[in-house]
Amino acid sequence: MSSRAEILAAVRKNQPSSPAPLPDTQKFWHEVDDVYAQFNIILSGIGGKVLEIKNWEAGQEYLKEHFNGRIVSTLEGFEPLPESDPHALADVELCVLQAQFAVAENGAIWITNSALRQRAAAFIPQHLAVLLKKSDIVPTMHHAYARIGSADYDFGVFIAGPSKTADIEQSLVLGAHGPRTMTVLVLNE
Amino acid sequence: MTKTLAQHPDLADRFNRDENRVDWHDQTLWWVRQKRDRAAHTLETDWEALRQAASDIKDNVLANLADYLEQFERAAQANGAIVHWATDAAEHNRIVLGLLQSVGATRMIKSKSMLTEECDLNDFLAQNGIEVIDTDLGERIIQLAEEGPSHIVMPCIHKKKEEISDLFHEHLGTEAGNADPQYLTEAARGHLRDKFLTRKAALTGVNFAIAETGEFVVCTNEGNADMGAHLADIHIACMGMEKIIPQRAHLGVFLRLLARSATGQPITTYSSHFRRPAAGKALHIVIVDNGRSRQLGREEFRNSLKCIRCGACMNTCPVYRRSGGHSYHNAVGGPIGAILAPNLDMHQFADLPYASTLCGSCSNVCPVKINIHEQLYLWRQELTRSGHATQGKKAAMGLAAWVLSNPRIYRLAGKMGRWAMRNLPFSINNRFNPWYKQRELPAPPKASFREWYLKNRVK
Amino acid sequence: MKVGLFIPCYVDQFYPQVGIATLELLEKLGCEVGFPLQQTCCGQPMANSGFSHLSSGCDENFVQNFRDFDYIVGPSGSCVLHIKEHLHSQAAPAEADQMRLRVYELCEFLIDVLKVATLSARFPQRVGLHQSCHGQRGLFLSSMSERMEPGFSKPGQLLGMVQDLDLVELTRGDECCGFGGTFSVMEEAVSVKMGKDRLADHLKNQVEVITGADMSCLMHLEGILRRQNSPVKIKHIAEILNAN
Ligand code: SF4
Repeated sequence: MSSRAEILAAVRKNQPSSPAPLPDTQKFWHEVDDVYAQFNIILSGIGGKVLEIKNWEAGQEYLKEHFNGRIVSTLEGFEPLPESDPHALADVELCVLQAQFAVAENGAIWITNSALRQRAAAFIPQHLAVLLKKSDIVPTMHHAYARIGSADYDFGVFIAGPSKTADIEQSLVLGAHGPRTMTVLVLNE
Repeated sequence: MTKTLAQHPDLADRFNRDENRVDWHDQTLWWVRQKRDRAAHTLETDWEALRQAASDIKDNVLANLADYLEQFERAAQANGAIVHWATDAAEHNRIVLGLLQSVGATRMIKSKSMLTEECDLNDFLAQNGIEVIDTDLGERIIQLAEEGPSHIVMPCIHKKKEEISDLFHEHLGTEAGNADPQYLTEAARGHLRDKFLTRKAALTGVNFAIAETGEFVVCTNEGNADMGAHLADIHIACMGMEKIIPQRAHLGVFLRLLARSATGQPITTYSSHFRRPAAGKALHIVIVDNGRSRQLGREEFRNSLKCIRCGACMNTCPVYRRSGGHSYHNAVGGPIGAILAPNLDMHQFADLPYASTLCGSCSNVCPVKINIHEQLYLWRQELTRSGHATQGKKAAMGLAAWVLSNPRIYRLAGKMGRWAMRNLPFSINNRFNPWYKQRELPAPPKASFREWYLKNRVK
Repeated sequence: MKVGLFIPCYVDQFYPQVGIATLELLEKLGCEVGFPLQQTCCGQPMANSGFSHLSSGCDENFVQNFRDFDYIVGPSGSCVLHIKEHLHSQAAPAEADQMRLRVYELCEFLIDVLKVATLSARFPQRVGLHQSCHGQRGLFLSSMSERMEPGFSKPGQLLGMVQDLDLVELTRGDECCGFGGTFSVMEEAVSVKMGKDRLADHLKNQVEVITGADMSCLMHLEGILRRQNSPVKIKHIAEILNAN
């Protein structure tokens, strides 16, 4: 018997026969008065930076002023993020991406491979900046997954703030392996 | 990690010889527990209902596990992943080795996976000529120190920064005596970035595997799982088979609970959903049983398979905080380790269900509502039933039971110099009066309550 | 209302004054209290050591002793919890099942059944309350710091009725003291360390008396205090509620 068959047979034999219905999660769907305010507070609290911008030009200006070195982006105004070998991103100082939406309760933004172009793009640069439309903030993770629905992505990720670690005596250090900072530019349209 | 034959009481005793260190360990973990409390409070009344929902989902998973595993496999294969099945640790290790050899990899980077600790993968691969670099900072530290993790979320929580500084000085060439966590983390970042950029094979764990979509989710704060997986040509993801959840939408429940319970964060920095391999790359998923199907068949203990490895039960455990993770001599320590380990080896881990006062704090923090302290009690019964209690203990318990179920003998015994003073059932182990080592026993009163009652109340 | 006084074995042997205080307090509050003379132990020591199959003798004895009472009340949360969760009888199974519902820890009996709102007790001291885990997390005598629930404490409520008593707030309000029955000797090092830490919290808050609803935890804490020659006293909550 293959291991697969052996395992499945053992599981079938041993799993309980109780019906165990799945719970209804509708009761967790609370609305929030000001999702942007909550998002801002939470993301700032976990080391992210939130900045409201009037338009994308203002965002570009801000980033060019605050970051030196190689900047790549899927958005206009910067060196286009290359689609080839991810190792070629090793020297990127800042990567600028567009978030699909964000979650107020935990400060996370959601982005999938189509908006990433290159999976490593969100992880390998020294700094990460994300453009987010103010109308694209949902209150909770339940809303988030409802919004994702059955979307057909290859890879998707929630990112909440800069890469961090507290492995040394629980002292928080930002910039473990990934970006040292995360800036979310919120576009009020 | 190396398995020792020493038992929890001895290892805990050793840990307690340095009381300042125990205090430091206790306070560090209590601080994490407090962060968890604050995070849970942000969800107020929803918190307890969310725990219930998570528990219900996991009940559903356990009742339908075989179907969900098959569904997951079908979906994952349709996504272009290759699925492997391992009945035990040895098969798991052989599969991983085979995959590495098939692409000619002799070096691999690995992000945190408690399953690979359980399977002793690192040792096995090293014996077979594969260099493994752990990339989670805490894991890298203990790897350099040649130790096992002492905590499932914070693997090197037992290490002081000065010790880490010494290790890094020796292995990474950092300044001697510089123990600034920022500085040390920066050094590790540089050291590991080089590994990420040069390794062709990456292994990650799995936090959740979605039956409906065939995708799996890996949660990290450091971004090491992603750095590894996206830069390598082959990504091997290893999962215990209980990691399945039915639908993508259920992640809403689990991701709300996981990081809040673990570290008090609203969510981990990265929650990466791997669905299809990137163009030109390979994605392998290894589904591991290693005793899980057996545990599933133990009615009293199957709930332990609901665990999402948040570590909250360890942080809250007053025994864990004062005995250290290594005192559990198993990859997974603390309360959850103590109910998982006997399933793997009742003889070796017969001590662990006793490493608890049954205070119940673990069950209260557990985000999936595992009745951990009740299972500790039940494991004690099971161990006795299956012949894992010592002869001395059996004899002492038999005697205690006989005395305590015979009122006249009990009273006689009590009278005879307060029999209980020396032989109360809580001194049944064969050591020489451990109670007295650091404690007095109560001053024996002249009369028992019953004697007083007879004299004063019964006419 | 006929109340059967359940005095666990170690209270009977070591702490007769706790039994006396419990008896007097219940009588003061108007209960007709009987003390069945053939009682011994709840069987918990065996059960918690993995020998629950050996506790049937204790169980039968318990059922025989307490069958004639409306309520069974004991000054020890841990023993009461054990009876509530594990009392079984071969001879009278239905009776044992019924009995499990009638057994109460003293504080919960005063609050939930007698609905006590005032007490005549006076105790002019600074008091720290030790929340014993089995009473707290098992019998729900108090809200638990792990749970997101409204705060309450039945022992705290009762102590609040005692004149001139100064109840202190602890830093870790509900951490285990490390007694744990056989744990206290099998895991001596951790047990004592837990006890010392619990005491340090009380001492830091300058308590004069440490109290609680479970004498077994208090016995452990007292053992450490006495070894350290501390002036801090241990009193079971019944002794305080009965003080004047
Ligand atoms: S048993 Fe519960 S609290 Fe402990 S690690 Fe698992 S999920 Fe977390």
